[in-house]
Amino acid sequence: MITITDVHKQFNTLHVLKGISLSVEKGKVVVIIGPSGSGKTTLLRCLNALEIPTSGSVQIGDVKLDFSKKVERTSIPKLRKQTGMVFQNYNLFPHMTAVENVMEGPVTVKKVDKEKARAKAAALLSKVGLGDKLDHYPAQLSGGQQQRVGIARALAMDPQVMLFDEPTSALDPELVGEVLKVMKELAQEGMTMIVVTHEMGFAREVADEVIFMDQGFIVERDTPSNLFAQPREERTRQFLQHLK
Amino acid sequence: MVPSQKYQRNGLVQMSLSSFFENPERLNRWMDIAQSSFLPLLKGALLYSLTIAIASFFIGLIIAVLTALARLSGIKPLIAIARVYVSIIRGTPLLVQLFIIFYGLPSIGLMIDPIPSAIIGFSLSVGAYSSEVVRAAILSIHKGQWEAAYSVGMTYWQALRRVVLPQAARVSIPPLSNSFISLVKDTSLASVVLVPEMFRKAQEVVAATYEPLLVYVEAALIYWMICFVLSIIQDRIENKLDRYV
Ligand SMILES: Nc1ncnc2c1ncn2[C@@H]1O[C@H](COP(=O)(O)OP(=O)(O)OP(=O)(O)O)[C@@H](O)[C@H]1O
Ligand SMILES: [Mg+2]
Repeated sequence: MITITDVHKQFNTLHVLKGISLSVEKGKVVVIIGPSGSGKTTLLRCLNALEIPTSGSVQIGDVKLDFSKKVERTSIPKLRKQTGMVFQNYNLFPHMTAVENVMEGPVTVKKVDKEKARAKAAALLSKVGLGDKLDHYPAQLSGGQQQRVGIARALAMDPQVMLFDEPTSALDPELVGEVLKVMKELAQEGMTMIVVTHEMGFAREVADEVIFMDQGFIVERDTPSNLFAQPREERTRQFLQHLK
Repeated sequence: MVPSQKYQRNGLVQMSLSSFFENPERLNRWMDIAQSSFLPLLKGALLYSLTIAIASFFIGLIIAVLTALARLSGIKPLIAIARVYVSIIRGTPLLVQLFIIFYGLPSIGLMIDPIPSAIIGFSLSVGAYSSEVVRAAILSIHKGQWEAAYSVGMTYWQALRRVVLPQAARVSIPPLSNSFISLVKDTSLASVVLVPEMFRKAQEVVAATYEPLLVYVEAALIYWMICFVLSIIQDRIENKLDRYV
């Protein structure tokens, strides 16, 4: 489903990703953990070309972009259509209601008929528990509700893969659960997901695999039970120790 | 041909303040002139001043958005063109620009009628001044909004049109509505390119009646009235937009 090959990313002199290779099968949930600045966000953003990797290739579904060569302009939106992204700060469109936020992608990008798009958006919002908030503006919603709209907005494009960048870090503790619950349900339905998070409980319970990143490298990847119980690498051990 | 402007100060009926108020005939005459000139002046204001202001403002806004986008494009020639345009317009008086368009361009065979001349001049002016407002407004929109738009597969133009500009518009409505009100007042400059707008009408009435104080104050009051109504509309719009953002 996803194959990343030797992805490098440099910001001027700062070498943030130093050759990341990774493949994720359809329906798997991969959780990425690691210290601040290790490149987790950058890696996710390289997957939907919000950052253009300096070199390496990214393949999602049947769209493959090789960034070592010159990338065609038209192929970037194609890659983005394969992925749905959920942001730490939600990034909802503040001038649109919840349902308008969700139908915006299908209507503008896929030229779906408005009424059809609205019906689908309403269904998605019901699915994330916001069936009664369709006409609320983001400013009228709690953080947890906004993030669930964010998830629905990403799902509306029928992505092959969902990318989550610390979806619960901006939330008050009592609102974290409602977002994680939606994510768990998605995982159970077989959605392929890559999740950057500090929620170790979520990782333990939902992830098929946990990846530990540090200083632009994938240091270690394993099942959650193995990685949390008996990390092979010293750096992983230190990081996990630090969390407790 | 030079406009027949009579900024005449001699030959007026000169009179001391006290004798003015002791002269009921003069007062009656004022009432008559005020009455008979009010409708023509108002007509000049609504038909020309306001219409020219509205047309110029919309054309100007389109120019402003394009100029702002050029400035933000990162493409050097575009940035340079936009900069030169803004610099020229801001660095020269509007009155001089209007003269160049109306009296200057015919020398190279470009005869433009009074109203189009005025609209061109005012649009270019609005475009330059507002481009800075629009640019600042676009820059004020959080980068995450672009990214969210891109992440659902939008192109640059889709993200701009559907996500960024609507929000930038909200940010720029207060400063832009101020410029619109200024523009309504600036349309009085169109009198020099022979547009029969309110101020030119007022000059005509003065030429016929030799009552400049009365007529110009009357014109001033009409401008004030219009701008007062506009500022009420401005407040309404701002309150409405503030509601959810
Ligand atoms: N656009 C950018 N320009 C320059 N440097 C950047 C840019 N984006 C990220 N960086 C740098 O790249 C490094 C990795 O950043 P990244 O956001 O990927 O880390 P992260 O693992 O997500 O950290 P955190 O846990 O704090 O979110 C950091 O040093 C960051 O300052
Ligand atoms: Mg991050």
